[in-house]
Amino acid sequence: MAPVQVRGTVLTVRRVDAYHALTLVAPAIATRFRPGQFVTIAVGGPQTSMLGRRAFAVHDVRPDHGGTVEFVFEAGGPGTQWLAGLRARDPLDVVGPLGRPFPVPRDVTSCLLLGVGYASAPLFSLAARLRDRGCPVDFLLGAASADRMFGALTARRTGRSATFATSDGSFGVRGAVTGMLEQVITQARTEVIYACAPVPVLREVVLFASRYEVPVQASVDVPMACGTGVCMGCVLPVTGTDGITRIVRACVDGPVFRGDLVRWDDMGTIPFDAVGAPGWKRASTESRHAG
Amino acid sequence: MPADMRARLGHVELPNPVLAAAGCAGAGREIAQFTDVARIGALITKSIMAEPRTGNPAPRLAETPSGLLNSVGLQGPGIDAFLQRDLPWLLSRGARVVVSIGGQTVREYAGLAARLSDTAGVTAIEVNLSCPNAEDAGREFALDPQTAAGVVAAVRGGARYDIPVFAKLSPDVTDIVAVAGACVAAGADGLSLVNALLGMAIDTVTMRPALAGTYGALSGPAIRPVAVRCVWQVREAFPDLPIIGTGGICTGADALELLLAGATVVGVGTAIVHDPSACARVLRELEEELAAIGVDRVADVTGQAHRGHGVNGGVPPGRLHRGLPRPA
Repeated sequence: MAPVQVRGTVLTVRRVDAYHALTLVAPAIATRFRPGQFVTIAVGGPQTSMLGRRAFAVHDVRPDHGGTVEFVFEAGGPGTQWLAGLRARDPLDVVGPLGRPFPVPRDVTSCLLLGVGYASAPLFSLAARLRDRGCPVDFLLGAASADRMFGALTARRTGRSATFATSDGSFGVRGAVTGMLEQVITQARTEVIYACAPVPVLREVVLFASRYEVPVQASVDVPMACGTGVCMGCVLPVTGTDGITRIVRACVDGPVFRGDLVRWDDMGTIPFDAVGAPGWKRASTESRHAG
Repeated sequence: MPADMRARLGHVELPNPVLAAAGCAGAGREIAQFTDVARIGALITKSIMAEPRTGNPAPRLAETPSGLLNSVGLQGPGIDAFLQRDLPWLLSRGARVVVSIGGQTVREYAGLAARLSDTAGVTAIEVNLSCPNAEDAGREFALDPQTAAGVVAAVRGGARYDIPVFAKLSPDVTDIVAVAGACVAAGADGLSLVNALLGMAIDTVTMRPALAGTYGALSGPAIRPVAVRCVWQVREAFPDLPIIGTGGICTGADALELLLAGATVVGVGTAIVHDPSACARVLRELEEELAAIGVDRVADVTGQAHRGHGVNGGVPPGRLHRGLPRPA
């Protein structure tokens, strides 16, 4: 359903270990939401000097107060620090739900939900949706340290299995999530992976899963300024099902992409064979003339 | 009684003077989810070029105080896809469409103007002169009066006579009036003032330029005083010239400021990134501003700040006083 721009009301801002979770009342967004979608928030109040909207994957929506939307963030910059300082009943300009949600399998499928840090937030509403469809759900969550592991309790409580990895070994096994992938995929007989992680991790996960012929639905975390597609800031090279590479916007064409279609090695570049890349048209014109 | 908001873009009448500025409303679809594109005075498209273009690699955007710095690099579908897909959609929604065109050669601009002239439903052409000139080592057309005039003359020559041609100028010049004069002499029906300023930001963590394209176009409220100054100067020199005033408009009061400086209509740009329904909001706020100062017709405020400055001699001084009762 089409996104809406509403004036939401802050219900709570609470600390969750190293992160913050903000719940706001926004019924029109809550009812339209599907797992994997995100919202954007205008930060800094009416006289703000911060023009970019802040994009956050939705953690969960609930029916209370007519419909609430929750997202998780790290108060790292001035915009997110402003958000962390909000109080109950503060108004927020919020747009959503935006972006392509996670596609869910038609048949019963063994699903692995992989997340790193607070990027794992959107996996839990997805898990609920998958379970409703009878799909077994396994979790593989990673973080730098225990206080940066998001959703471990929920994963343990709701997943068929839950595996954790931290860089410092303070929670679960020591190491990266990718180090546990083989073991988890084999044990769970994973048929599809849903991944929410930084780009380098997604790249590794997709590469690894391709060896097992397990498809990956990857939610790409790239900086966005508008979330609606006008600013053209959040672009990445993605190959279409027609085999042609285009420079697409994560906000409208994603943020969830089929992992095998993203040109992970070409992130941050313009591949020479992308539609409209320097020299691209010339090559096709020549071949037309030759024909 | 609400003010008469009708405005003119050259000889074309628009229902109101609040336009969506080029490059900030996409092809219209993006903002149509949040605002009725038929309610906007006109939608200026993202600059259309002859061929599809990928633009620059990411990162393309950096946030600066009250500004956005972008180096998108003119990513776009090309004129064929625009005419097949985007223009018909905009027209089906009742939008008035000003097509911004960009080129790397004078010929490319002229060819685009000719293509658009064969198409029904083009309200006006805006010539984005801040494109790199392939025949001059990538120097922007807008930086030199004669080069800019060359493009304008080619577009005016290629475009059907009844389609107004507006030249969009860069503020990054020593004398904007000289560029404006050259464009007017070359046949521009009006000017768009101003494009974004060239800027740069450096990431202090990576100690590298924040944008992959090194430089970026600075837009947003940070540049509004520059836009006001440019519109003012050009209005002083060419009191009857239609001007699309663009640069950092976020509110109705901002729009009024540009109109007072001499704009006949205004473009809302970067504000759309921040607020997808900004155009409708600015229009509403402008109506409120006009009501507060007791103006019946928005067309009457254009250039009003110049009264007593030697132009607009016929306008009675003191006609518009915010907060004071209207003259009987």
